[in-house]
Amino acid sequence: MNILDRYRAMEYGPAPEARNEADAWLAARDFGKALFIDGGWKAASGGKTFETSEPSSGKLLAKVSDAGAADIDAAVSAATKALPKWAASSGYQRAKVLYAIGRAMQRHQRLFAVLESIDNGKPIRESRDIDVPLAIRHFIHHAGWAQALDRDFPGHKGVGVVGQIIPWNFPLLMLAWKVAPALAAGCTVVLKPAEFTPLTAILFAEICERAGVPKGVVNIVQGGPEAGGAIVNHPGIQKIAFTGSSEVGKIIRKATAGSGKKLSLELGGKSAFIVFEDADLDSAVEGLVDGIWFNQGQVCCAGSRLLVQEGIADALIAKVKTRMSRLRVGSPLDKNTDIGPLVDLTQLDRVKGLVAEGAKQGAVCWQPDAALPSSGYYHLPTLATGVSPANILAQEEVFGPVLATMTFRNTEEAIELANNTRYGLAASVWSENVNLALHVAPQLKAGVVWVNGTNMFDAACGFGGYRESGFGREGGREGMFEYLAAKLPLGPVIKPMATSAQPVEQADGSAIDRTAKLFIGGKQVRPDGNYSLAVATAKGKLAGEVGFGNRKDIRDAVAAARACKGWPEATAYNRSQVLYYLAENLSGRAGEFSARLTELTGANAKAAREEVDQSIERLFLYAGLADKFEGRVHQPPARAVTLALHEPVGVVGIVAPDTSPLLGLISLVAPALAMGNTVVAVPSERYPLLATDLYQVIEYSDVPAGAINIVTGRSAELAGVLAKHDDVDGLWVFADAETCAKAEADSIGNLKRVWSGNGRTLDWASDEAAGDAFLRRAIEVKNVWVPYGD
Amino acid sequence: MSSTIREADLGTKVTSLPARAAANTATALDHRIARNPGMKLDLGFMESVRSVNRSALERRVASLTKRRSIKADNQAAWLLRAVACMDLTTLNSNDTEERVRRLCAKAINPFRRDIVEGLGISGETIRPAAVCVYHPFVATAVDAVRGTGIHVAAVSTAFPHGLAPLSTRLQEIEASVRDGADEIDVVIPRGLVFGAKWRELYNEIVSMRAACGDAHLKVILGTGDLATLRNVMLASMVAMMAGADFIKTSTGKESVNATLPVGLAMVRAIRAYFEETGFFIGFKPAGGISTAKASLDWLVLMKEELGRPWLEPELFRFGASSLLTDIERQLEHHLTGHYSANHRHAMA
Repeated sequence: MNILDRYRAMEYGPAPEARNEADAWLAARDFGKALFIDGGWKAASGGKTFETSEPSSGKLLAKVSDAGAADIDAAVSAATKALPKWAASSGYQRAKVLYAIGRAMQRHQRLFAVLESIDNGKPIRESRDIDVPLAIRHFIHHAGWAQALDRDFPGHKGVGVVGQIIPWNFPLLMLAWKVAPALAAGCTVVLKPAEFTPLTAILFAEICERAGVPKGVVNIVQGGPEAGGAIVNHPGIQKIAFTGSSEVGKIIRKATAGSGKKLSLELGGKSAFIVFEDADLDSAVEGLVDGIWFNQGQVCCAGSRLLVQEGIADALIAKVKTRMSRLRVGSPLDKNTDIGPLVDLTQLDRVKGLVAEGAKQGAVCWQPDAALPSSGYYHLPTLATGVSPANILAQEEVFGPVLATMTFRNTEEAIELANNTRYGLAASVWSENVNLALHVAPQLKAGVVWVNGTNMFDAACGFGGYRESGFGREGGREGMFEYLAAKLPLGPVIKPMATSAQPVEQADGSAIDRTAKLFIGGKQVRPDGNYSLAVATAKGKLAGEVGFGNRKDIRDAVAAARACKGWPEATAYNRSQVLYYLAENLSGRAGEFSARLTELTGANAKAAREEVDQSIERLFLYAGLADKFEGRVHQPPARAVTLALHEPVGVVGIVAPDTSPLLGLISLVAPALAMGNTVVAVPSERYPLLATDLYQVIEYSDVPAGAINIVTGRSAELAGVLAKHDDVDGLWVFADAETCAKAEADSIGNLKRVWSGNGRTLDWASDEAAGDAFLRRAIEVKNVWVPYGD
Repeated sequence: MSSTIREADLGTKVTSLPARAAANTATALDHRIARNPGMKLDLGFMESVRSVNRSALERRVASLTKRRSIKADNQAAWLLRAVACMDLTTLNSNDTEERVRRLCAKAINPFRRDIVEGLGISGETIRPAAVCVYHPFVATAVDAVRGTGIHVAAVSTAFPHGLAPLSTRLQEIEASVRDGADEIDVVIPRGLVFGAKWRELYNEIVSMRAACGDAHLKVILGTGDLATLRNVMLASMVAMMAGADFIKTSTGKESVNATLPVGLAMVRAIRAYFEETGFFIGFKPAGGISTAKASLDWLVLMKEELGRPWLEPELFRFGASSLLTDIERQLEHHLTGHYSANHRHAMA
């Protein structure tokens, strides 16, 4: 083709990115010694390797050391050995190391980008302009956190040795999201990259060698499931951070149950992309390109469900198709490629299978008329219309370039459709009406909401999910907490309660008989089973009987808590006043509660009175904090504000301890209520009458029906029911170790946020058993990105 | 939506434009574009396009120029395209007839002979589509380019501010047409946009179009003055409804020249108008486009947002004065591998 032909055709032609430097790097390395442990390069102890190949051709790139359990042991030992010195180093010292890493990455950023595109298949435009710059930004941003630790996180210290497992879709960026905050917090790291994409992590380890990272502080172990399993189960690791599928996330949650390991999971999604009729439609179309056709759709927060208002649906779909036909599918190393190959044949087969199944279930799947390269794992961008909410393409995370489209009639339906998913990672809202956009954003069950934008990320802003998209945040202040621990005042070990009925001596019959029922939906109701449990006084006499709550009572209580809209939607000032009123009314009956405490626990009058007074004080504290534990406004490097909103977790189950039966219960229920959660509480099994006595206090205090529900009964049994209830969003358990571990393991049905005392109770009377540490567990941080400018 | 933009749509509703010889050798694509007849002022249609999200447009153009890269022979071909779509312009207060004749000579013969031969384009005529001058120099320019097919564009209607009485402005158009200009670049009074006086703006442009007769009407919005991209979108719509053949960004005299976000808003207006009416409207960014690299960005914008038909001089023009020299330098570099210098290429 001569220049005149090209002048007439006006095609782009190929614009290949040179790969000679990357090939030279590949050729110069011994990938059989690719485990970076204790500052040195080691072969896998079993001598095993795995292969990594190029998705655009299937060609073998390297045979990489495949770590086994012994190698993970070695890495954890190195990290443990390095920990004391690293944790004790000054924030300035750690900041300098993080800064050096960031700058060194900057100096080699094109090599990182080319390697990433070769190994993963993502277009060079994305690795060069998005992945690598964001990874660098993460290190430089977190250098600041290292130095600001004492100022911004008083009373916190690094959790220790952390095990990190990252996916193949953003290999270097996910590494940065994991390693940067860990190092800033003073943790040492054992990180396992994904088998499909080991290369940039190896280059990163080389950078660490040169940037002055002390030996053993960063250990990078290549490997597969065996290495991953060894990390998850290693007793020398204090925290696991995982990004990957919800399926594996649940396995990890179960495996770490009862281990006391801190856990953050960043999992899958089926994020809604909502276009209202007053949106800038052309821009929304570009948003989709960045949303679902970014990284071949292999993005956990991909806007894979397009929800479009009926009146503009045809116009928008026509625009989407026109735009799709301009997407260029081709070599990842061509600068003009919009869509590269999927990472692996298995992934391609999976996507094809889901599209076929979706079509079988009635979706109309459209693809632009474009040729695919002859080799490589390519999939054309695909638009599925006529997708019903029940269609597999609306339900399952495809992790490919497939957009499922549905229409909605009004705002309410848009929100309903958006939230009609087990996931809750991200959402996009397109409207030129700021009133509408900011009306919708808080109602979406998603950890990140982009207004008139999509897939915007920054180190200063938190990222992470609601629901089965996982828990914990990465980035920003909220992300730092995942690598920090605050000291809580531990109490004694909780022993399992004997389940056999305690022999109770009959009391004298002078008082009028009282029936303590359950408190559900604002009413005192009889237990479903119509059995009762005897409650003994300290002296073994019968103090009364309480309802023997069972799984159906929990079910009813959760339904009431879910149905209660008046509490989460109330203003913080309103909640504050109700909590003050609760304190006021409890105070009015302080004598009665003191006497009850003495009767049940045998505490002397002074101690009993003190527990009641402290309970009132704690209600006062959280009443006051209800409108003060606020979110933040982050400042990403863009003309945008990112609102880090504190939202209630939702329905929170609380299993309260026997120790300090009134103060313990109130110390847990009050912060949950203050932040707008609705609560299903299981009070102390041994002293439940303190909770049933509260019914009247609650009834007098203007608490909306369903905001507090109390079910008495066997704690272990009811904790299990709560753990397995998939409409419970959070669960706080202070019970024996086995009950705690079981609650954690059983929580995987919907990946509820579990906070357990791991068999220990707290010293509830301590001032440290109150405050931000409790409030933080009562909220989700939602980052709402609002770009602006007119 | 009457139709979508596809290459295949070319030719529907198209009638030939009589009496307009092309400045360049006609391409294989037959671009006989039906002239926009305009339509009644439709405020409802305007309402449907008023959502223009500035941040989103800025992000789009930021990634657009990174998503496409044009290398080697293709780059040379695209730069030649930029020349073919150029209104070589001189709009200075110290312009003289001699200066205009020099400009015309450069337009007729833009490249050094060795570059033409090196690129293998001697069988083709590739040169600016028009020269663009103030009214007093129209006759000079017409005389200078006679027989070449190069069009003569006159800036008009009290350029650059547009604040003379309407009757004066219309007379100015008529005078330029009489002198032989076949393209008239008019400016709008920006105040009509701020006042949302769409009817008045529409009527003015309708009468300007009438004054043009067969000459093509390019409507300059003065986007640097319009404050918002929404205003740019709405003013573009009014201009097209009133019968503009082209919409143009700037006079080159505003403090902010043609920017890609503004261009994106305008080409999206053109697309919306096409989808509504089926008529192709041309686009002319002008002011501040002086580098070969920048011209490629604009060509990419046209191809990505509107498609191949909008890469012809009938539908796309750069208003530029120094761009041509930079392109010549790049073409020389393409041939020799040596970076070139301005003085190696004939000045306009």
